[in-house]
Amino acid sequence: MTTTAPATRRARRWRAVLWGVLGLVALAAVWELYKLVGPADGWLIGAQEGVTGSGIRLLPRTSDQAMPHTWEMLARAASPVTRAPGALPLGVVVLLAALVSLGVAALGWLVGVTVGFALALLMLGFRIAERAVLPFVILSQTVPLIALAPLIRNWGSRLSFGDFSWQSWMSVVIIASYLAFFPVAVGALRGLQSPEAAHLDLMRSYSAGWWTTLVRLRLPASVPFLIPALRLAAANAVVGTVVAEISVGFSGGIGRLILETAVAASSDPAKPWSPILGAVLLGLVAAGFVALLAAFLSPFRRQETLA
Amino acid sequence: MKRNRIAAFAAAATATALVLAGCSSGGTDTDATDGGGDDLTPVTLQLQWLTQAQFGGYYLAKANGYWEDLGLDVEIIPGAVDIVPQDVLASGDVDFAVAWVPKALASIEAGANITNIAQIFERSGTLQVSWADSGITSPADLSDKQVGSWGFGNEWELFAGLTEANASGYTIVQQNFDMNALLNHEIDAAQAMTYNEYAQLLEATNPETGELYQPEDFSVIDWNEVGTSMLQDAIWANAERLASDEEYADTAVKLIQGAILGWIDQRDDPQAAADAVTAAGSTLGTSHQLWMANEINKLIWPSTDGIGHINEIAWDATVEMALDTKNQDGAQVITTDPPDTAYTNEYVDKALDNLESDGVDILGTEYEPIDVTLQEGGN
Repeated sequence: MTTTAPATRRARRWRAVLWGVLGLVALAAVWELYKLVGPADGWLIGAQEGVTGSGIRLLPRTSDQAMPHTWEMLARAASPVTRAPGALPLGVVVLLAALVSLGVAALGWLVGVTVGFALALLMLGFRIAERAVLPFVILSQTVPLIALAPLIRNWGSRLSFGDFSWQSWMSVVIIASYLAFFPVAVGALRGLQSPEAAHLDLMRSYSAGWWTTLVRLRLPASVPFLIPALRLAAANAVVGTVVAEISVGFSGGIGRLILETAVAASSDPAKPWSPILGAVLLGLVAAGFVALLAAFLSPFRRQETLA
Repeated sequence: MKRNRIAAFAAAATATALVLAGCSSGGTDTDATDGGGDDLTPVTLQLQWLTQAQFGGYYLAKANGYWEDLGLDVEIIPGAVDIVPQDVLASGDVDFAVAWVPKALASIEAGANITNIAQIFERSGTLQVSWADSGITSPADLSDKQVGSWGFGNEWELFAGLTEANASGYTIVQQNFDMNALLNHEIDAAQAMTYNEYAQLLEATNPETGELYQPEDFSVIDWNEVGTSMLQDAIWANAERLASDEEYADTAVKLIQGAILGWIDQRDDPQAAADAVTAAGSTLGTSHQLWMANEINKLIWPSTDGIGHINEIAWDATVEMALDTKNQDGAQVITTDPPDTAYTNEYVDKALDNLESDGVDILGTEYEPIDVTLQEGGN
């Protein structure tokens, strides 16, 4: 029993990897299939003869400019970003930029999770806080990011004390955390409030205080609610980072690279796809990071499901 | 189970370390202000777009140490989608900014207290490009056509031209960063800068011939020729600080002086400018970058009154068009004359005097553009 268990687990893991790779291949195959059978100029309805830009496009173009072949994208990623001596391959530039963005997104995620969890505790501790704060937490997510980003940059740049001065990456972190805190605040509050009355009564009968109840009962009980919230927060932090980079002017990240390579869409169509795929990869890594965290928290989760 | 948790923890720790490594490299990127010596004056210069040869002169001034020689430690801050340089300047976040005159005039009317202290670009780089077989050769031909424009203050020369020609029935289409809309015949005419989008067209492959598109394939409306060109890249300063802070006014002269030396280097060696911006992190293709450096030179050189000197006639023409032109929403750039503080030649003339006494050629009367061969994709 003890010898077969790891073996089957390993087999299962390999199967998961295999399915993941198959998924990627299938996606590329769908892309190439549509490119093969789809009309080169897409499909328009209601186009009037001689009137430029009329009609509604129902199927996208399949020309090499609109949809480069998957192998062209790979070849472009492998070739140097410019002809300058010592220029790195585009794919490496994309990976480096993705790493910078990952760092900023992770910081945004950490700040967002901390703030979100603190808000959840506040709302748990004070009924009145829940009534006063929760509407604002929800309201905060209705403010469009595009309006918020320049404001945060502007306010931040007014902050300086001593040797500290505001850097543009800090604006990006704040914007990422602004998107990340919401699911955590809501999810953690729901989780912390999830223990049944009987369990709370039991804690009370032990004359356990608020903190003891929190640590022994509420925190473990919140884990099943917290993990999806953390995963949402990670996705939000990545989206927030990429959008904020484009918006507020932070160099070196994947968002900036997407903006910078967009101009090549007409003449070097495979080039802009590299940073877009890099952003997808970034999202996957962020999700994987949370999955690792979830594995680390899994004992608590099991405890909860058994209870 | 236990080993699994340890492995998970180790993986999480590795990921955290990677993340922190990523952060630290992000941090040092922007931390250029502390780089210079102790006695240099720290100065920030906000650009209106990403690092590219459009701003080559500034990058050359920094790379070749012209500002450092004058006692300045200049940090060049690239723009982004939501960065409005003149507003960043007006709110006091940076010391100087590069912006187009009509856009800055609009900000001045909205309350920004800023001054044009050097008109680096003498000519406009904006074109309206259509297919050669479309029959569009003048603004009047844009009547009843689908006309692409970027908007956001980049459209005023187009509207001045349309108004002057009494064009009617046209539809303004929001244009993207690329030229696909024109190449796919979704619009009849596309806005293009000589130094950027026009080159994108010439770097694209014509599917019919398998070769790159040629200039003969397109018909170009140049606003300089139509007579509705407006002043573009200029260096702007905070008007209040110019009046009250002597040191800042002195810094303004030095900033212009160093920048002009950089622009002269770009004139004499466009390849050096292209290399400098590539070294500063631009990922634009090599031939595209050189093309841009060369086209920017044409907008500056030869210079009528010395690079940076604001020509009163050109300024008045831009202001007049800004007052008279309405865009598709009926909005206009400004409704009243700009204040006297909107421009001054005081600082640029000082800088030009200093340079002339050093024997620097500030006119470039002998300037000849080079020939740049664009490669596919600008590579």
